[in-house]
Amino acid sequence: MIKTVLTLMTFVCSFSILAQDYFPKNDGVTTKNTNYTAITNAKIYVTPTQIIEKGTLLIKDGKVVASGTSVTIPKNAVQIDASGKSIYPSFIDMYSDFGIEKPKRPAGGRSSQYDASRSGYYWNDHIMPENNAIDQFKYDSKKAEDLIKAGFGVVNTHIQDGIVRGTGTLVALNSNDDNAMRILDAKSAQYLSFSKSVKSNQAYPSSIMGSMALLRQLYYDADWYAKGNITTKDLSIEALNNNKSLVQIFEAGSRAKNLRADKVGDMFNIQYVILGGGDEYERIDEIKAMNAPLIIPINFPDAYDVENAFLASTLSIHDMRAWNQKPTNPKLLADNNITFALTTHDLKSPKEFKSNLLKAIEAGLSKQKALEALTTVPAQLLGKSDKIGSLRNGTYANFLITSGDIFDKKTTLYENWVQGQKNTIENRDIVDITGKYEFNLAGETYEMTLSGELSKLKSEIIANNKKRGSKIAYTDDWVNLAFTTQDSTKQEFVRVIANVDANKNLNGKAIMPNGSEMGFFAKQTETKKDTTSKKEDSEEDKKDSVATVSPITFPNNGYGFETLPKAETLLFTNATVWTNEKDGILENTDVLIKNGKIAKIGKNLSERGATVIDATGKHLTTGIIDEHSHIAAASINEGGQNSSAEVSIEDVIDDTDINLYRNLAGGVTSIQILHGSANPIGGRSAIIKPKWGHAAKDLIISNSPKYIKFALGENVKQSNWSGGRFPQTRMGVEQVYVDYFTRAKEYEALKKSGKPYRKDIEMETLVEILNGERFISCHSYVQSEINMFMKVAERFNFKINTFTHILEGYKVADKMLEHGVGGSTFADWWSYKYEVNDAIPYNAAIMHDVGITVAINSDDAEMSRRLNQEAAKTVKYGGVSEEEAWKFVTLNPAKLLHIDDRVGSIKVGKDADVVLWSDHPLSIYAKAEKTIIEGVTYFDLKRDEMMRDQIKKERSELINDMLQAKNKGLKTQPIKKKEKELFHCDSE
Amino acid sequence: MKKITYILIAILCTSFGFAQQTPAPKQSQPIAITGATAHLGNGQVIENSLIIFKDGKLTTVSNASQTDLSGMEVIKADGKHVYPGFIVPSSTLGLTEIDAVKATVDESEIGEMNPHIRSIIAYNAESKVVESMRPNGVLMGQIAPQGGRISGTSSVVQFDAWNWEDATVKVNDGIYLNWPSSFTRGRWWLGEDRGLKSNDKYKEQVDELVAFFNETKAYAAGDKTTTNLPYGATEGLFDGSKKLYINVDDEKGITDAIHFAKNNNVKHVVIVGGSESYKVADLLKQHNIPVIVQRIHSLPSKEDEDYDMPYKLATLLVNKGITVALNANGSMERMSSRNLPFYAGTTVAYGLDKEEALKLITSNTAKILGIDKDYGTLEEGKSATLFISEGDALDMRTNQLTHAFIDGRLISLETHQTELYHRYDDKYKAEKK
Repeated sequence: MIKTVLTLMTFVCSFSILAQDYFPKNDGVTTKNTNYTAITNAKIYVTPTQIIEKGTLLIKDGKVVASGTSVTIPKNAVQIDASGKSIYPSFIDMYSDFGIEKPKRPAGGRSSQYDASRSGYYWNDHIMPENNAIDQFKYDSKKAEDLIKAGFGVVNTHIQDGIVRGTGTLVALNSNDDNAMRILDAKSAQYLSFSKSVKSNQAYPSSIMGSMALLRQLYYDADWYAKGNITTKDLSIEALNNNKSLVQIFEAGSRAKNLRADKVGDMFNIQYVILGGGDEYERIDEIKAMNAPLIIPINFPDAYDVENAFLASTLSIHDMRAWNQKPTNPKLLADNNITFALTTHDLKSPKEFKSNLLKAIEAGLSKQKALEALTTVPAQLLGKSDKIGSLRNGTYANFLITSGDIFDKKTTLYENWVQGQKNTIENRDIVDITGKYEFNLAGETYEMTLSGELSKLKSEIIANNKKRGSKIAYTDDWVNLAFTTQDSTKQEFVRVIANVDANKNLNGKAIMPNGSEMGFFAKQTETKKDTTSKKEDSEEDKKDSVATVSPITFPNNGYGFETLPKAETLLFTNATVWTNEKDGILENTDVLIKNGKIAKIGKNLSERGATVIDATGKHLTTGIIDEHSHIAAASINEGGQNSSAEVSIEDVIDDTDINLYRNLAGGVTSIQILHGSANPIGGRSAIIKPKWGHAAKDLIISNSPKYIKFALGENVKQSNWSGGRFPQTRMGVEQVYVDYFTRAKEYEALKKSGKPYRKDIEMETLVEILNGERFISCHSYVQSEINMFMKVAERFNFKINTFTHILEGYKVADKMLEHGVGGSTFADWWSYKYEVNDAIPYNAAIMHDVGITVAINSDDAEMSRRLNQEAAKTVKYGGVSEEEAWKFVTLNPAKLLHIDDRVGSIKVGKDADVVLWSDHPLSIYAKAEKTIIEGVTYFDLKRDEMMRDQIKKERSELINDMLQAKNKGLKTQPIKKKEKELFHCDSE
Repeated sequence: MKKITYILIAILCTSFGFAQQTPAPKQSQPIAITGATAHLGNGQVIENSLIIFKDGKLTTVSNASQTDLSGMEVIKADGKHVYPGFIVPSSTLGLTEIDAVKATVDESEIGEMNPHIRSIIAYNAESKVVESMRPNGVLMGQIAPQGGRISGTSSVVQFDAWNWEDATVKVNDGIYLNWPSSFTRGRWWLGEDRGLKSNDKYKEQVDELVAFFNETKAYAAGDKTTTNLPYGATEGLFDGSKKLYINVDDEKGITDAIHFAKNNNVKHVVIVGGSESYKVADLLKQHNIPVIVQRIHSLPSKEDEDYDMPYKLATLLVNKGITVALNANGSMERMSSRNLPFYAGTTVAYGLDKEEALKLITSNTAKILGIDKDYGTLEEGKSATLFISEGDALDMRTNQLTHAFIDGRLISLETHQTELYHRYDDKYKAEKK
């Protein structure tokens, strides 16, 4: 019975207003309704800023004819008095899959597939601009009902599958008419994303950087096709070119991905409307600088269920903060004048929309901005301001009638009109029967109290000072009541059915347990709402009050900075200084750092205004440089093809990775983030400094030399897993190189000839290598392949810059010297694969003795934070001098990265990237006390200790707040331990 | 003469591609090491020491004194350092040669309750990886199976032997158990979130263990007319002849594991891994349970954890009075085991006294493994399993071995790797000339 009440909302089935008049009619006579509807005496929000008090809204044929205080109401108008009610334009959701079946992964195996499954289309299955939502669209009245209840009138729906997803359809949620009426625009926008289609197993792209590169290449190809240079048919590109003029909506899904999407668009002068992730607040300045309109989900996380202290200890500060910070996201976007629409996307159901929206408003989002984000903004972004999003004359009559302020918790949404069709959600004229009643039945006198919301009415019946069990339901002026008899030993009920009269009295009949019927009349004795409901209200208010909002730090993790540290003038006195220059190791020496550079080295230095750091007994060195690392990246391998020269790690730097901070704690100040080793030709590198707190783009060293990862060995021939693409042998690897470099030469020749050519990002990259503008760092293991690759390079007249890993470098060190390649190796790794059977820890020493520039690298997030120890192992294995061993992790990698003019030694004029060590830096007993990059102290042992206390405190405060939230009865979510994947060369 | 033999053997090995150095013969003559700084492994240091061993046993460990050294081979070690051989526990050395080559992998058996699975018989005494331990001073190890709930039975070996039988120091010393995890990873291939979530089968998995132990006890009490290999293999836990090594990391797991072992009358329990053991130090102390700490060179297990938590974990436990040893488990654990001394060295940078740190890889390990009567310290009457280093053996720069002895036998410090080194070093030196 309760259920009936809950589904009170009914859809009024009326005649279709706009029957297509050229259609034959066989079910009756032709009718045409030319009447008007006038809703009078309402507060009308024509737009979020244009508000009419006590106005009239006049509609006809599903559209607004007029609104205002002095609207002339035509005679043939049905008038509806809406005194005390408010009218709003209904909401628009720009990012929806309404009426589209969720794409399903086809049954069967998921073996890797390298080629496309289709023909006549683009070579990549995940590019599907030819898909049109309208072809799959099936109006879903059930889902429409949920959206209508949540206040929505129009949605833009699309097929949520693939990287280019084709066109979307703009639909009015008009359940009374058919598609002819409700489809506002069959091709309203084009949708894109970074995610592959679930329907295809085509491996490429296997990473987000691959998706970015694929989109870029697609745009180049589309241009080439448009110019008539491709003689064969490509239906995908044709569709893409046709969709060019549409709004382009990009599903990014997080702060970092927003920036990545925008970056792709900017290259081709496309301004995407970007679906964000709700975490934009973490770096709002960067989001603002994108200058892109956003669609923002409001799926605010519930508090974690932290009652179990063991589990609670696994939560990170970042994840806990999200609970109280995320609701502030819309406010911060609005404060920064960022254009955004809101969406129900990511919510389990539109039913959760209002409560989340109220949270955002409570967190400071203005009601006007909220309304704009749901009406005028999406309408304008879709280019449909003349049709939807407001109640201006001529727009669709899509509006909501409410009991008052729509963004108030207590407001009732009575009706949602779509294209002039009324959907009743709550009866606007329902009589309030809460209060006290009295009735007599079979000689007994009963007292009855009705309370609560009308749709969920509660009853309490007392007779002879004894409470009876009872249940009540109230629908359409009728009350259904059942209560127990005096005899509590039996489960017997008196059932009542009664009509509510004008005086709120209940008039009907009672059916006794024995089946006899008698008249029933209950008189209202008190109308005042009982006090209990008021108490409930105030408790509900309390429930909603959000706990204090944690301050945002950079990055927004533990150990983040509330304000970024600045460069200082620092004077280190009386240190043992490892210069890495001719001066060697200087005892009792002072070093002055000013304006981010090494300013002076000497004895008894002084500088006004400098912070003096007594380094007596301590060692000052240049910062460690890791030639081979995979930290701080959202993806590492683009393994979908045997060459991925088109992808770049610079596209996917992750500025929140705690390993950046841990690297600082190990004295690391420059890092090459390399692509993995899935393919012979890998992706482009990012050379960064771990400037903890700065945004990803600012971690990348400015004007850093260009690098690319190549790979030899077992990984590229897929030895240790089942693959299937070419090459599967070292013999094949050579041919991959010969093939690609031959093509690159031909490509360049064509380009230089001045004839038209198809721009190919991959070839552009390879040409850079041939011209010595891009350096190769090549993952390498056994001597045969090392030798082979040098020969290939020599054949194409370029030099390999670095062999990384280079475990059998010692076997061909003379040949390497002759070629002029450097070696960046592990100190002592071996025996994990067959190809490292002959890897020896003396490798670095031998290569160094032969005259090769040698570095020791990590390829591992743990090892990278103690590379000083790894360098020291070369003293043990092969007797390298301490001074030279130290260069293996500083000056030599700087040379291999061509940044030794800026970093790698303590020399006046070089970047002030220095580390203060507690002890001899190669000693196992040494600890980095301060790590400074360009004069800024990013790691300080003292601050670290303070941060530990602060994290402890913040953690317990957050846990306390979450416990309170649970006690108040708020929903909680189970604890999940989030982990960032740690990447190595072979990471998928 | 002896040296020439070694070189000859080395050359032969290289040219025929044999893996292992030839094991050293028995000690034939008393050996005296004079003048070295002796780190006894029990916290004591003797500067300018005299160490004498005969028939594989230490007969003198003292300050240098006027002793008649005639008839002895005398090794002058002034300025050098002598240490007991380092011991690596819970190791898979000799069970797997090359991780990526399945045919060489013998470390975990299928099935859940495998106490009867014995590591010793698969231990490859001729492993190239095992011999590479010795130049760093790691001379002994406990070889333990992995996998399943109860992985199997471990044994203790020394690293210079013709075969596993000769290598054995203590056979079937303990049983390794993997405690149920508090978290499980989402089955991402089924579309679940890849992250970790509470393991809702935890209780069930613990109950399985309880049931298995109950069955074992019932079996032990019965007349055993029908042999049950797994039950039979477990019996030693109750009479104290075997130790129970429990791999477990989290606070709750450790607490549950301790109560489980105590409730089941397991005589000797050792916690292995124990990344959160510092949180339950009092409980560990109360029950006198030692901890074999996870590899010191690890990342913190949580994003916000102190960056140096793994570095200082052993220190935190030692300061609470708990017996701690170090292992090398984790990725690339076998080849990394030779870094055991540097793991100990790192604990010094994070608060431990150097001689205390040394105990973590010598006497404490010997105590935990139950071989401390003969190994783990330089004390008279114990085995002469020791080495001489040019300098501080816990620091890479100075860990330079000149001699190493196992049971008094002078073992080779050459390896597959040193041979390759010499071969190519010589090649380039010859080319330079």
